[in-house]
Amino acid sequence: MTAFPAGVGALTIQQIQDGLRSKQFSAVELASAALQFAEAENSKTNGYLTFCAERALSTARTVDERLAAGNDPGPLAGVPVAVKDVLVTKGVRTTCASRLLANYVPPYDATAVSKLERAGAVILGKTNCDEFAMGSSNENSAFGPVRNPHDPERVPGGSSGGSAAVVAQGTAVASLGSDTGGSIRQPASFCGVTGVTPTYGRVSRYGLVAFASSLDHVGPFARTVHDAAVMLEAIAGRDEMDATSAFAPVPRYTDALDGNVKGLKVGLPREYFEGPSNESREIVLKAVETLRALGCEVREISLPHTRYAIATYYIIATAEASSNLARYDGVRYTSRAKEAGTLSEMYRLTRGEGFGAECKRRIMLGTYVLSHGYYDAYYLKAQRTRALIARDFTQAFGEVDAIVTPVSPFPAFRLGEKLDDPMEMYLSDVYTITGDLAGIPCMSVPCGETASGLPVGMQVLAKHFDEAGMFRLAHAYERARGMK
Amino acid sequence: MKITEKEVNYVAALANLALSGEETQRMARDLDEILGHMATLNELDTTGVEPMTQVLYEAGETATLREDEPRAVLGSQTAVANAPAAGSGYFKVPKVIER
Repeated sequence: MTAFPAGVGALTIQQIQDGLRSKQFSAVELASAALQFAEAENSKTNGYLTFCAERALSTARTVDERLAAGNDPGPLAGVPVAVKDVLVTKGVRTTCASRLLANYVPPYDATAVSKLERAGAVILGKTNCDEFAMGSSNENSAFGPVRNPHDPERVPGGSSGGSAAVVAQGTAVASLGSDTGGSIRQPASFCGVTGVTPTYGRVSRYGLVAFASSLDHVGPFARTVHDAAVMLEAIAGRDEMDATSAFAPVPRYTDALDGNVKGLKVGLPREYFEGPSNESREIVLKAVETLRALGCEVREISLPHTRYAIATYYIIATAEASSNLARYDGVRYTSRAKEAGTLSEMYRLTRGEGFGAECKRRIMLGTYVLSHGYYDAYYLKAQRTRALIARDFTQAFGEVDAIVTPVSPFPAFRLGEKLDDPMEMYLSDVYTITGDLAGIPCMSVPCGETASGLPVGMQVLAKHFDEAGMFRLAHAYERARGMK
Repeated sequence: MKITEKEVNYVAALANLALSGEETQRMARDLDEILGHMATLNELDTTGVEPMTQVLYEAGETATLREDEPRAVLGSQTAVANAPAAGSGYFKVPKVIER
């Protein structure tokens, strides 16, 4: 394919815009090449569950027509993207990586999906994930785990493992994921790409299959901070189909990528750097030195309620999940247990046969903490603790402009390593769940590799709706790191 | 606190979830471990702290109101298209009441 000398896998959004306008290639040529490449490479990671070639080519044709007519084809014109299989796509199977929804074909598009296409993006397919986005390793998929492109024996992280892997692998230029407790940032760090969890309500969740409604976010993955900023700008904004979506106007995030971080106050929360030293943390601390060299004022801060975050999160998330997953009962969307004679038997058997082990565990936990006699002790208590965790951040942002932490205590682990110990798996979310609980924007930006070559991510957190500030810092860091 | 299999069965019934004998045993163990960790919240005095029930931001009181205008809906045929059993635009289920 001469039009793509470096291969379709390495293109940036800007290169694609330049290539289309200089007629190096058409959107249809790029979409065909990208589909061919993605389908050929998919067995290496199992990142895609479904390809939608027809839809991709049709969007690409529209882009070419707009270009030919001299109309603006949109900021993401022709960009091959992937969408996590928990965002519904009209006419394209949406499984949530669950046996229950193996044949579910939604009758409408999620708002984030239609916004991407309106911006000209070409959706190649739907990506693998943990079942109903529940997991930290992508091993809870009914369609097999995703493998990390950096080491096929290791997990890509989860739950948006497929969306991270395809971007790292080059089988998509960017992708959409969802984040409830770290499901964008943790796989981004494990796969060495940029992943963004915007402010709660910044991106509409209409058409995002609900996991925990007070914590769910839609956000992008990309290979550069610039590309992530372009993606977020395209999908953000108020949507009357989602009452929780925010009214705040969407700024031009790319305008913030000016490298000007001199004097910016960056906080390092001591609770995130405690305990025995580990390689990931050392790499993040080195990145902090780069921030200092760029002129950032780095200081230690405290987020005192951090140690209660895991318990708080797993109470609230499972309680909400148990309610949200009640709808998969064999009536409306899902397959149905064959042998059920009565209605209640149908519910019980359909759900018993259909859900995987992790979903069952979370449904049970959530039902337990909401059940009579336990509500105050667990759910109400967790909501009060959540308020304290959120207050920690509000107070910290009185002192600093941004907060920097590790994304995960360790890099990508081996397949199967933590699968038998749910509590240990939950504890691996320790640095990412706090941002979701507070509803603030946060992201993972690659900051180095371990001695064995595994990527490590640095987390940047900012105050509500300050995605621009977060991108400014991450972009300045990315550029400085590239120049070293 | 020790979660018994009896409690697991009670919660599974509330959740409409059929569990095998093996799953029930495993669930009792897992819930026990996880709920044990959740008990760390008891260390914390949260008296007087308002529970955070929503993550909401400032918007005018009438911001979410709109004109009441008719618009296209899915339609019952489309709505039941994914159902395992449907007919005449309705979902079909097994008998609810036995006579």
